Amino acid sequence: MSFDVPDDLRFLDSHEWARVDDDTARIGISDFAQDELGDVVFVDLPDEGEAVAAGEDFGVVESIKAVSDVYAPVSGTVTAVNDDLVDAPELINEDPYGDGWLIEVEVSDDAELDDLLSPDEYGEQIA
Amino acid sequence: MTLRQPPLAAVHEASGATLTEFGGWEMPVEFDSIRTEHEAVRESVGRFDVSHMGQITVTGPDALRLTNRLVTNDVSDLDPGESNYAALTDDRGVMLDDTVVYRPPGDWSVDADYLVVPNAGHDAETAERWLDHREAWGLDATVENQTESFAMVALQGSDAEDLLSGETDADLDELGRFESAVATVAGVETLVSRTGYTGEPGYELISAWDEAETVWSALECQPCGLGARDTLRLEMGFLLSGQDFDPEDDPRNPYEANIDFAVDLDSEFVGRDALEGVDVEGPDEELRGVELVDRGVPREGYAVTTPDGDHLGTITSGTMSPTLGTGIGLAYLPVDRVDPGDTARVEVRGEPKKARITTTPFLDR
Repeated sequence: MSFDVPDDLRFLDSHEWARVDDDTARIGISDFAQDELGDVVFVDLPDEGEAVAAGEDFGVVESIKAVSDVYAPVSGTVTAVNDDLVDAPELINEDPYGDGWLIEVEVSDDAELDDLLSPDEYGEQIA
Repeated sequence: MTLRQPPLAAVHEASGATLTEFGGWEMPVEFDSIRTEHEAVRESVGRFDVSHMGQITVTGPDALRLTNRLVTNDVSDLDPGESNYAALTDDRGVMLDDTVVYRPPGDWSVDADYLVVPNAGHDAETAERWLDHREAWGLDATVENQTESFAMVALQGSDAEDLLSGETDADLDELGRFESAVATVAGVETLVSRTGYTGEPGYELISAWDEAETVWSALECQPCGLGARDTLRLEMGFLLSGQDFDPEDDPRNPYEANIDFAVDLDSEFVGRDALEGVDVEGPDEELRGVELVDRGVPREGYAVTTPDGDHLGTITSGTMSPTLGTGIGLAYLPVDRVDPGDTARVEVRGEPKKARITTTPFLDR
């Protein structure tokens, strides 16, 4: 089975992605991760204004069979939370890089982006 | 430890199923998605490979005496082609496992006066238990662990009868719940039993290990893994041995586990005297349903408390119910402090979530 790895994203080896636009990073979990988890049924995400730290867990994604912490690819302050997931957590399965995004943060340290995996590197990891 | 492989291992691997360890076996946990598989069974039909279930045959002059003294239900009134659900208890009345005991029809080519079907990984200890007691009581019976001689396929759902009727010469109309018949399925001799673990009508099909693929392939419908098997049984409040009771980690008697319907105190079985007292006094704790009102999923080990935070019990099994769309779980709760309908809390990662105590099943079926 092959998984979608969009080339405009950066990845953590724990399967989160970040899409950076100016100083904002949108964060979600990869196609591989949603497939591993199976049917997502619940998300627990931080509120706007909370701080997240690179490499540390900021929330939980639960599928029918498993509970999984999600880790922040970059440090920053949460500026948006995907409220659609409250009623439709399955969006993470259906569109992990689109409507299934988790949070947006204002990036506090651009240099952290260099530590993330490129799409090629991440693609190799899950190959 | 090398995992035991079901006879359909190669078929599952080719289908791309995700596999997991369960009771010492490597079994499919998911073929497509738990939700898809779950819905297929609730709405139409699905097939499960349950060859990890044990098969112990008991034969001989004392087969009935031996078996009847080792299970909580009375199997002496089973006619050929009937079966019943029972627990295995020790002399304290603690449940070791739960099982279905079959009295197979006389026309089965397998020599078996009784067939005991314990849970995955319990086959060796069950056979040993029968053998030990046969010696201790000086009884005449042949006990064989035939788990790896038989494949077992479960076909479950309201369309199971339609699907199976096209592949069998069994008179399915005549088969009541917990009844079985010997018939051919896709040309293969099969013990066709109207039993299951999903709450839906359906069948469990026991045939020779080597014929598994013929039976499985003929019954073309949604393949389902252990993931959906678990969500389906949990919606019905059916027990999972080793999870909702365990002689070491969570010793429980059948009254606590709400299966006193499977205890016949008129039958002289190991554990009977201990259970007689429980029957009179009533258990201190009983297995209840816990349904989350707030969003969230109760999981094994989560605390159940009063609204004020006083500890009541612990979730033994929990999931998001695909049918109800709410988090459901099972927990042993003190009968003098909690009644069905009461409001409670489940501690989900340190957060008290509002929940309602219920009786089981969670679904009307």
